[in-house]
Amino acid sequence: MIQQILFFIVLAGAGYLIAKRVGFIRSTINLGKKADITDRKDERLRNVLLVAFGQKKMFKKFIPAFLHLFVYVGFLVINLEVLEFIIDGLAGTHRIFAPYLGGFYTALMNTFEFLAVAVLTACLIFLIRRNIVRTKRLNLHDLTRWPRMDANIILFTEIILMLAILTMNASDQILQTRNDHYTATGSLFFSGFLLPLFQNVETSTLIIIERFAWWFHIIGILAFAVYVTYSKHLHIFLAFPNTYFAKLEPKGKMTNMPVVTNEVKSMLGLADANASATVVEPGRFGAKDVNDLTWNNLMAAYSCTECGRCTEQCPANITGKKLSPRKIMMDTRDRMEDVGKSLQKGGPGLNDGKTLLNDYITKEEINACTSCNACVEACPVLINPLEIILELRRYVAMEESGAPPSWNSMFQNIETSFAPWKFSPSDRFNWSKES
Amino acid sequence: MNVPTVADLAAKGESPEILFWIGCAGSYDDRYKRVTKAFVKILNAVNIKFAVLGTEESCTGDPARRAGNEFLFQMQAMSNIQVLNGYGIKKIVTACPHCFNTIKNEYAELGGNYDVIHHSAFLQQLINEGNIKLEGGGSFKGKKITYHDSCFLGRANNIYEAPRAVLEALDADLVEMKRCRTTGLCCGAGGAQMFKDAEKGKKEINIERTEEALATGANTIAVACPFCMTMMSDGVKNKEREAEVKVKDLAELIAEAKGLN
Repeated sequence: MIQQILFFIVLAGAGYLIAKRVGFIRSTINLGKKADITDRKDERLRNVLLVAFGQKKMFKKFIPAFLHLFVYVGFLVINLEVLEFIIDGLAGTHRIFAPYLGGFYTALMNTFEFLAVAVLTACLIFLIRRNIVRTKRLNLHDLTRWPRMDANIILFTEIILMLAILTMNASDQILQTRNDHYTATGSLFFSGFLLPLFQNVETSTLIIIERFAWWFHIIGILAFAVYVTYSKHLHIFLAFPNTYFAKLEPKGKMTNMPVVTNEVKSMLGLADANASATVVEPGRFGAKDVNDLTWNNLMAAYSCTECGRCTEQCPANITGKKLSPRKIMMDTRDRMEDVGKSLQKGGPGLNDGKTLLNDYITKEEINACTSCNACVEACPVLINPLEIILELRRYVAMEESGAPPSWNSMFQNIETSFAPWKFSPSDRFNWSKES
Repeated sequence: MNVPTVADLAAKGESPEILFWIGCAGSYDDRYKRVTKAFVKILNAVNIKFAVLGTEESCTGDPARRAGNEFLFQMQAMSNIQVLNGYGIKKIVTACPHCFNTIKNEYAELGGNYDVIHHSAFLQQLINEGNIKLEGGGSFKGKKITYHDSCFLGRANNIYEAPRAVLEALDADLVEMKRCRTTGLCCGAGGAQMFKDAEKGKKEINIERTEEALATGANTIAVACPFCMTMMSDGVKNKEREAEVKVKDLAELIAEAKGLN
């Protein structure tokens, strides 16, 4: 009974922390501007199925994709076992599904064990890639101390959780031969290898080991679930909505600014009679801070798991410039978190004297972008760092007139000669007279 | 050279089947003017009723938009749309992927709806429909050619195969760079980079890309974009290989193979 009460408290505590954190994340995403993304539902659903659920874009890199698939399937399937854990924990039962499922339960447990070993192996290889082989994209400058530690904590925790399952099953199997309370599971292949370790352990100690592993696993999973909401690992949930809301138009198309369209039309005397009926609120041109970006730009920042496939493909980054599309997403997220935390404490929030542009992302970074879309193409969950870069550039050019001098000359040339270079417009057709 | 303007045709009460949008590089850049002329020769050779805007053409606004100046972009877009709509233009071909992307994808919501085709896809059509016949591929037969993907054709608009189909019609030995198609490396000039110096770094992007192109052993680097043309040509010069390695546009290669020079 005490165990049941304790379990309830742990479960409720984790639920409370997660709910609170989800509320916080939702509020920071809502700092963003409204964007109506309700069109082309079929194509959007298709993206979710192919890209998020089906991991289509991951498979451009086969080895990490293959290992990641194990962790992903492991996560989805082993969560079924968590359901049994929760029922057992609340009802005070032990392996409640086993008597009902019989032989199928054995098959199910063996599947879980296979996945546990696969997850464990994959995470070990991931740790080696990160810290020993030092795969380049996982060791670039934009990954500072915390992001690197975050990644290692995730991998390490997953390994420990899988070890707990195997330990629990091994000790349980021996207890099944000694005590009726332990429902027969049938023989379990992978934890079977651990049996010699526990064979000569006394029953009372074994019970403690089994209970410890059980509690460790479930508390571990719940703690991990709370941790995920603070971590880059949030992609396990947000990859799904992010692929749903991703841009469907050709990658080359930039978002239009209707505010500017209205102004230009009235300047050229083209304004339609009913234009005044659709007044668009002026606001800021482009983006200086996170509230100038749309909510789905902001959600994308929370969907990023910092894999660095974007930065690895970025021509500017490859040639040693400061720009890193991954850092654009990480900075956006950091800014959202900082503003959100400040607001939570009744602080100034967005008015804390800092802005996304300049204090998090510098002009040097955004000026280096060739808008080549390599980062957008590379992202396995359809994040679009280019949209953010271009919005920041809009702010710099239109609100600050702070574009690089050569760009300002180019603007001037277009205004006066209708070409980005300083040629006379009357010479535009001269080529036809040359041999 | 027979280059009718839309105004000429309109004066006769006629309109072109297709408008050839030259773009600023095609009009003013000495190197790219040769591409413009090569494409005009092809259009004349296949008897297509085309026309150009001549001095009525103006920058699409692409570099201004990518550099953040939305006002200037929209001013350019609106005045171009007024000219195009004024002449009742329906179909546009252009040899510039940046003009192509802007007119095709970005003019529509500003009131300019046209059927826009890039010259690579247009050349592919001419070849497929038998309007351009390349017996034995001419002088390029069996020669190594590598194709450098333009970002604004490739990733931006998913056009990867048309330029390659054109090169295959030359019966050339098409060799791919390590980074090609969806992972093709930018030449370094997109996003208005053409109009300013690069930020501080270890290397120029066009040098990185040129090294990759040279590593294929091809003597011809085929491009389909005026900015790529400049960047790759500069890269080849920087590597002092301009004597044996030529950077050429698809239209030039076809015109050459057809003996249209």
